[in-house]
Amino acid sequence: MSTLFLVAAVTLLALALVYVHRIVVGPTVFDRLLGVNAIGTKTTVVLLLTGGVFGRVEMFVDIALGYALLSFIGSLAAARYFERTERRP
Amino acid sequence: MSLLVGLALLAGVFFQAVAALGVVRMPDVYTRLHAVSKAETLGMLLTLVGIGLSTGLSLTTVKVAFVASFLLLATPTATHAITRAALRLGVPPWQRPREAGR
Repeated sequence: MSTLFLVAAVTLLALALVYVHRIVVGPTVFDRLLGVNAIGTKTTVVLLLTGGVFGRVEMFVDIALGYALLSFIGSLAAARYFERTERRP
Repeated sequence: MSLLVGLALLAGVFFQAVAALGVVRMPDVYTRLHAVSKAETLGMLLTLVGIGLSTGLSLTTVKVAFVASFLLLATPTATHAITRAALRLGVPPWQRPREAGR
């Protein structure tokens, strides 16, 4: 069971490199914002998978919940900021 | 039970890989957001179902379900906010190029 979680977590971290590539080369700022948002979601999942690897999900689930809240508020605030910069230049 | 956990994790990783493929291959920001918004949400949900199944029935399972339901609301909301900001800033949508078409 632990090896299963480890393989899934490492695969998800490898998939996060795709979003890092999108953040680096993204033509617009919204591509970069999309990459940051997707990496935030993926980090929440990887935190829970880390809890599964160590057999301590009850410890990691609170960290994952806090990270999900902060990541959601962060990407929402960044989207609102870039939306507002054009209206009042 | 272990088989169910493995199947859920495999399906979740598969759908997140589909989302990553969409982010690489899609031509503009709206289609990329389209790929991330749905495939990423479904993959995340299936992975969290696998983790929740592995913990048995306890308070931890309820917390994992809470994280899953929050992310189920949060990810489409965030991608919708990003899309609306891109549309209001006037990022042009992708169109089929004239010469390569026909």
